[in-house]
Amino acid sequence: MQDWRRNKLVFSILLIPPTAWLVIFFTIPLAVVWVYSFGQRGPLGETIITFSFANYLRTMEWVNLYITLKSLWIATVTTTICLAMGFPLAMGVAFAPPRYKNLLLLLVILPFWTNLLIRTYAWIAVLRTNGYVNFFLEWVWSGLDWVFGGMLGQFQPLEMLYNQGAVIVGLVYVNLPFMVLPLYATLEKLDKSYLEASLDLGASQWRTLFSVTVPLALPGIFTGGLLSFILALGTYLTPDLLGGTDSIMIGNLIAQQFGPARDWAFGSAISFILMYVTFACLWVKAVLAGREGAVNY
Amino acid sequence: MNRFSAPRFSRRNFLAGTGAVAVGVSFGAFAKKGWAEEAKKLNVYNWDTYIGQTTLQTFTDKTGIAVQYDLYANNEELFAKLKAGNPGYDVIFPSDYMIETMTKLNMLMALDHAKIPNMKNINPAKQFSDPAFNPGLKYGIPYMWGTIGIGYRKSKVDEPKSWKALLEDSSHAGKLALLADARAVLGIALKYLGYSMNSTNEAEVQKAKELLIKQKPNIKAFAPDSGQDMLLSGECDLVMEWNGDIISVMAEDQDLAYSVPDEGTMVWTDNVCIPTGAPHPDNAHAFLNHLLDAQVNAEIANTIKYATADKAAQAFIAKEDLENPAIYPPEEVIAKSESLVDVGEFTPIYDKAWTEVQAA
Repeated sequence: MQDWRRNKLVFSILLIPPTAWLVIFFTIPLAVVWVYSFGQRGPLGETIITFSFANYLRTMEWVNLYITLKSLWIATVTTTICLAMGFPLAMGVAFAPPRYKNLLLLLVILPFWTNLLIRTYAWIAVLRTNGYVNFFLEWVWSGLDWVFGGMLGQFQPLEMLYNQGAVIVGLVYVNLPFMVLPLYATLEKLDKSYLEASLDLGASQWRTLFSVTVPLALPGIFTGGLLSFILALGTYLTPDLLGGTDSIMIGNLIAQQFGPARDWAFGSAISFILMYVTFACLWVKAVLAGREGAVNY
Repeated sequence: MNRFSAPRFSRRNFLAGTGAVAVGVSFGAFAKKGWAEEAKKLNVYNWDTYIGQTTLQTFTDKTGIAVQYDLYANNEELFAKLKAGNPGYDVIFPSDYMIETMTKLNMLMALDHAKIPNMKNINPAKQFSDPAFNPGLKYGIPYMWGTIGIGYRKSKVDEPKSWKALLEDSSHAGKLALLADARAVLGIALKYLGYSMNSTNEAEVQKAKELLIKQKPNIKAFAPDSGQDMLLSGECDLVMEWNGDIISVMAEDQDLAYSVPDEGTMVWTDNVCIPTGAPHPDNAHAFLNHLLDAQVNAEIANTIKYATADKAAQAFIAKEDLENPAIYPPEEVIAKSESLVDVGEFTPIYDKAWTEVQAA
């Protein structure tokens, strides 16, 4: 392979298709949305291109700010749970015998092969009042009831669907692979001799985990956490299907603006606020990764 | 210098190549515009499960026109698709309030009634033959119509005679579901409070909003399309839903019923229109004529179980459908009900109220 500097012409020509794709299908539409965000809604729902910050100011109104803060909160909770569940899972796959590694990895990725919509519908069937979890609990309840001679009374099914909890369950389920895969990649590259040294020097397993493994896996944690957080922040489908009256998130608000409300200008403004939050997270990650130096991922 | 700087990418070759491509493209355009007559194709854009089983086939058999059939989920999706310019659709099915918006933005083609002789089949009542949103049926013909009402489980709930059961009553707390449409829910709340559902009085809309916020703890969810599924699965006992959705689950579970409260409700009418820039307007007119044919229309109504605006078709519609008050509501109910009207620049007030209801 040649060094690209020695033949810039060929290199530039080869670069044209991907650059053209990026410009036509990404940069230009994004620029259009950016221009719209400074526009205004006409009386019939069309967008008038003016120059006003009214839409951005409107995103700061309490009604909309509340939804944004709620989305940030749900995304944070989701990422934390994903991390708590994903780290042991990633460790399990990374430290598995080589025979099983690919199989375990396949099992983690397998849900991706099913459509997101269908997976979310499946959660409805599991969590609803006449769903599988409640069937199981009712079966256990009636068993215990029989044992205790009818003292327990009527079984009240748990309300597990159409609330924020259900949304978080759905989001964790969808985002778990995004947390596990970067973590697995980092743990895979880990020099196991560090762990051996730590154990030999007298640290317990837990101490080794928290003092050696986790700091070394930090870049993977950041990457996985960032992916999960951003995906959970902008989600639309999960709160729409699994959420109740208290679960509206920023993705739903944006969809409403581009849909029934026909206020594309305001929708564009909220979309860009979401993008700026994402950029802020990426910037934080870049700063922290720069400081880490050694194990860069 | 290495081999790659040989004149393979020279300026001359590049110009020749571009020239050849440009000539090819222009000849390609000629190939399409060669014939003055329309191609035997039609692009129809419709709601899901909103046409009969044999409608398209009988049209193709009669006229030899092949139909390309695409689906959309709601009026806003239709509007968004057409707003930036018609991507090639000949026939669309917008609802009443959407027609007003589209006519003001010149998105609909005025119909040539001479090409639609079956228009004589349309129900002569003013609601259908000369509605406020489409005077003189200039921009579209009526298709199907219906109401919003309360679907309920007979064994758990007495027949709800008023919207109070959904909007103020807490006796079935946690087992209620409303629609997720801003105008529909706020409109019904306004109707319950005694105002018009197209009110442009901000104080009235605020009152409706406060009523909903107060009732929110008792409501399980705002279900855009799944209210009837929630009723069927036992998740909810009372749901606000379109009549067609409830009728389809009533067929699966005998314990379910539909009622229209006494305060009146929202009557919706879907129409068939031809958007501006349609590539095959003659074929589109022929299709509209086909839809109004008595037998074809009856077959559609018998399949999708909605009320039709075509009077001549009623001779061929199943007897039990005609007598079903859920499909064909009695006159008194229609008299007290309203249709949605586009409120123009007042729309943001409704949207803001709806966002506040959802965020509360």
